[in-house]
Amino acid sequence: MSGSDEVWKVNRERDGKRETFESNLPKKGPIGEALAPVAGFGVSLRNFFRPTVTEQYPRVKTPPMQRYHGRHQLNRHPDGLEKCIGCELCAWACPADAIYVEADSNTPEHQVSPGERYGRVYQINYLRCIFCGLCIEACPTRALTMTNEYELAGPTREGLIYEKQDLLAPMGANMLAAPHPMVPGTTDGSYYRGEVTGPVKEQVEWVREQRPEDPTLPENRAKEPATEEARRG
Amino acid sequence: MTATADKPAAEAVELVTLTIDGTEVSVPKGTLIIRAAEQVGIEIPRFCDHPALKPAGACRQCLVDVASPGPDGNLRAFPKPQASCTMTVTPGMVVNTQHTSEEADRAQKGVLELLLINHPLDCPVCDKGGECPLQNQAMSHGRPESRFVDVKRVFEKPLALSSEILLDRERCVLCQRCTRFSKEIAGDAFIDLQNRGARQQIGTFDEDVLDFDGYRPVGAAAEDEAGRAFSSYYSGNTVQICPVGALTSAAYRFRSRPFDLVSSPSIAEHDSSGAAIRIDHRRGTVMRRLAENDPVVNEDWITDKDRFAFTWQNLDDRLTRPLIRKDGELVEASWPEALAAAAAGIRAATAPVEGDDAVAGARGTGVLVGGRVTLEDAYAYQKFARAVLGTNDVDARARVASEEEQSFLGATVAGTGLGVTFGELEKAPVVVLVGFEAEDEGGVVFLRLRKSLGRQRVVAVAPFLTRGAQKLDATLVPTVPGREPGALADLPADVREALAQPGAVIVLGERAAEAKGTFTAALDLASSTGARLAWIPRRAGERGAVEAGALPGLLPGGRAVSSKAARAAVAQAWGVDSLPSAAGRDTAGILAAAAEGGIGALVVGGVSASDLTADVEAALAATGFVVSLEVRRSEIAQAADVVLPVAPPSEKSGTFVNWEGRLRSFATAIHTDAMSDHRVLDLLAREWGVELGTATVESVNAELAALGAAGEGSGPPRRPPSRHAPPSPRRAPRCSRRGTSWSTRARSRTASRTSRAPAASPWPACRRRPRTRLESRAP
Repeated sequence: MSGSDEVWKVNRERDGKRETFESNLPKKGPIGEALAPVAGFGVSLRNFFRPTVTEQYPRVKTPPMQRYHGRHQLNRHPDGLEKCIGCELCAWACPADAIYVEADSNTPEHQVSPGERYGRVYQINYLRCIFCGLCIEACPTRALTMTNEYELAGPTREGLIYEKQDLLAPMGANMLAAPHPMVPGTTDGSYYRGEVTGPVKEQVEWVREQRPEDPTLPENRAKEPATEEARRG
Repeated sequence: MTATADKPAAEAVELVTLTIDGTEVSVPKGTLIIRAAEQVGIEIPRFCDHPALKPAGACRQCLVDVASPGPDGNLRAFPKPQASCTMTVTPGMVVNTQHTSEEADRAQKGVLELLLINHPLDCPVCDKGGECPLQNQAMSHGRPESRFVDVKRVFEKPLALSSEILLDRERCVLCQRCTRFSKEIAGDAFIDLQNRGARQQIGTFDEDVLDFDGYRPVGAAAEDEAGRAFSSYYSGNTVQICPVGALTSAAYRFRSRPFDLVSSPSIAEHDSSGAAIRIDHRRGTVMRRLAENDPVVNEDWITDKDRFAFTWQNLDDRLTRPLIRKDGELVEASWPEALAAAAAGIRAATAPVEGDDAVAGARGTGVLVGGRVTLEDAYAYQKFARAVLGTNDVDARARVASEEEQSFLGATVAGTGLGVTFGELEKAPVVVLVGFEAEDEGGVVFLRLRKSLGRQRVVAVAPFLTRGAQKLDATLVPTVPGREPGALADLPADVREALAQPGAVIVLGERAAEAKGTFTAALDLASSTGARLAWIPRRAGERGAVEAGALPGLLPGGRAVSSKAARAAVAQAWGVDSLPSAAGRDTAGILAAAAEGGIGALVVGGVSASDLTADVEAALAATGFVVSLEVRRSEIAQAADVVLPVAPPSEKSGTFVNWEGRLRSFATAIHTDAMSDHRVLDLLAREWGVELGTATVESVNAELAALGAAGEGSGPPRRPPSRHAPPSPRRAPRCSRRGTSWSTRARSRTASRTSRAPAASPWPACRRRPRTRLESRAP
């Protein structure tokens, strides 16, 4: 007798000893037994008269819950300077290693964020991101928050690594695009305390001198309202 | 490699027994409480304490409760917690740290809160964030909340102390590690404490610095101890020992976070000390280099050059593909094409010309190795020159060199293994520096000499006392450049007497080759006084090149080219019929011959034109064909006909032999496609149908170990041994130490060889002449 036959024999013996299955559900009466084959349609019939829950995505887009963890956003201060200081705490907190940051020094000629340091490279790999939000908790300047945008799919892997320009928040109504100097007489602390409420004359002058074509300058803004696509460049 | 090399002889030390947190521990007398606690695994938080610096008690973070027996024998507690980093242990002492004493814990928490009062807590933008002792200890030993509600002290920041060091005074906790390092270790106190109380700060005594709060220093700004503006070769160490982010490096500023970095241990390539370093890199780019603790070589310190000079290998002119000169322009080519072109070019340039016998005889080849390559690379260069090109015109000394120096190196340096060590140099009662400027040329050699300031007499045979020599408190034996031999012969009687003390060392630098007779005079001096000789070249690859035989008159292991037996032995090991016997020329000779059109083809390694006094441009122009093995598009690479790219040290593995003769192996830190010189030469040799056998570091080391050092009679003629041989008790350990160093290669790299080594004694050579010990291991 081969080994497998032995196994089958053992299995048969074991099955023979097994008790037959008996359900704990209450036993139906004779009528119930008779209607049993169509009883399942009851669920369908019941739902014919209920409001429909099917979403017509993508034709109709339903907003998710307010605190839904969607795509990240890099916020700006009211005067247009970036809030990100390139501290990499988000990358440190990330359990999926989805964030990569390289910082650099702000200089008078190239002031991107208040203070000494700004994030030169900022990448989030949405193939890795698990939308846990630990990065948001880690961010010391509230530079990184999450939007409700959930349409994060694409044909290429590279395309799902979002760069800084893909993540930066759109310019607000009065914001002046970075880089430009901080509001005169302020420190980075003033920005964090919310003492800066918008760009001042000196900053506008500076940008006008350096980049007269900048679309966020008041005169250019009036001329051609920048579209979302144009800003993303 | 040889961690035990400098272990002091076991002496009976007086032990003191004390109790720390209820654990009884016996430590040598004079031990600090904080060290005793470390020995029983109790960690006391600290900022100012550093094992290599003298105790300061500046930060007060290490407060513990201490009680010691009074005169009546009863335990008497100190009224207040004491700083454990300044108090030495006494018998019967009872120490309660923050783990067992509430008082100590409260004191430590209070100190930490006080230290954080003026700390800006800008950890997110601070380079130290993530590896910061203040951050870590505030987490582990501090209060969760600060009770300080007032305005913090604000300073202008960052303050550039030099091009490389930035000071942020807001973050400073005034531990004085940096100032103590500058005063005690490096000897150039460029920063110091200024002001008192809440205004106390680290500064440069520059009036412009002290501009906060309307305060002005009274009188003229003080100068640093040397009376000069800041200039230090060791300032980068202050960045590494700073326990907060007060001192940061400009090169690493905002570059990375510790969790981003991959750390690879390596060996510094900028001087012949072979200092242990740590290369921190991210995504294939070196971000910073730090000193590794290697007690027998560099202790905790490295030079600023070793620390900051790493960007050279990633500049825009880095070569990644071979270049071939086509129609006068260097164009990129594939490796097979470039190797074939290099071989064809060398062959054509050295082929005898029909009907012109005079030229035919002169069209030789030359190989310039440069002093920066590893032992393996140097070996490959000289093997390529001798086995493929058939010439002895190979020289690694891209500097002033002399025939006398070569004889000296062959007789007393090559193949002698570990000679004078850092530890012996430090303990030497007298050190005579000849043609050697310790601070400029020696890297951490200077720090070792300075460590024994006051216990050691340093004598500089030089035209004047340099700033470095002054810091060593050196005595000057004045001499005109070039008259060193005379000065050595007529040394003052007291110096000569001092040299007769056991352990005295004469250090010869590479500039000793400039004055004819210096080596002879030094050898005479050594043999008449019994002092030991140490040759300390400047470049990392010099000693390795000497060992590998990359000198015109030297074969591997210190064998002389002039010796027929040595040539035969090496030829047999290499599997070639014979080796060239004609005397080779040194770098200057090769270049002079090239300038006159006497060299058909040149193979140039890591040489830059500025290394040499000769007109390199003219020499290259007059040479028929030039092959350059380079990391970057150097001047020589630009003038070459074929350029083969090679790997910089961080992208290859290999061995530097430091001036002690200690093998300093390092592994590849960043893996790239770049090939090391020895591998490129191996590929190039295949174009001649020659199997050079230098494709891997392992194969080169196997060959080197098999060749071993020169045996009796095959080395250069050597001088009689010194009259006052060192006493025998010192002889024995030195011999075994040498064996350790050199046999490590045989054991770790070529495991098969060890099985063939005589099993009776681990160091059989110690019973015989030291020179033959590697020979005995050879099959």
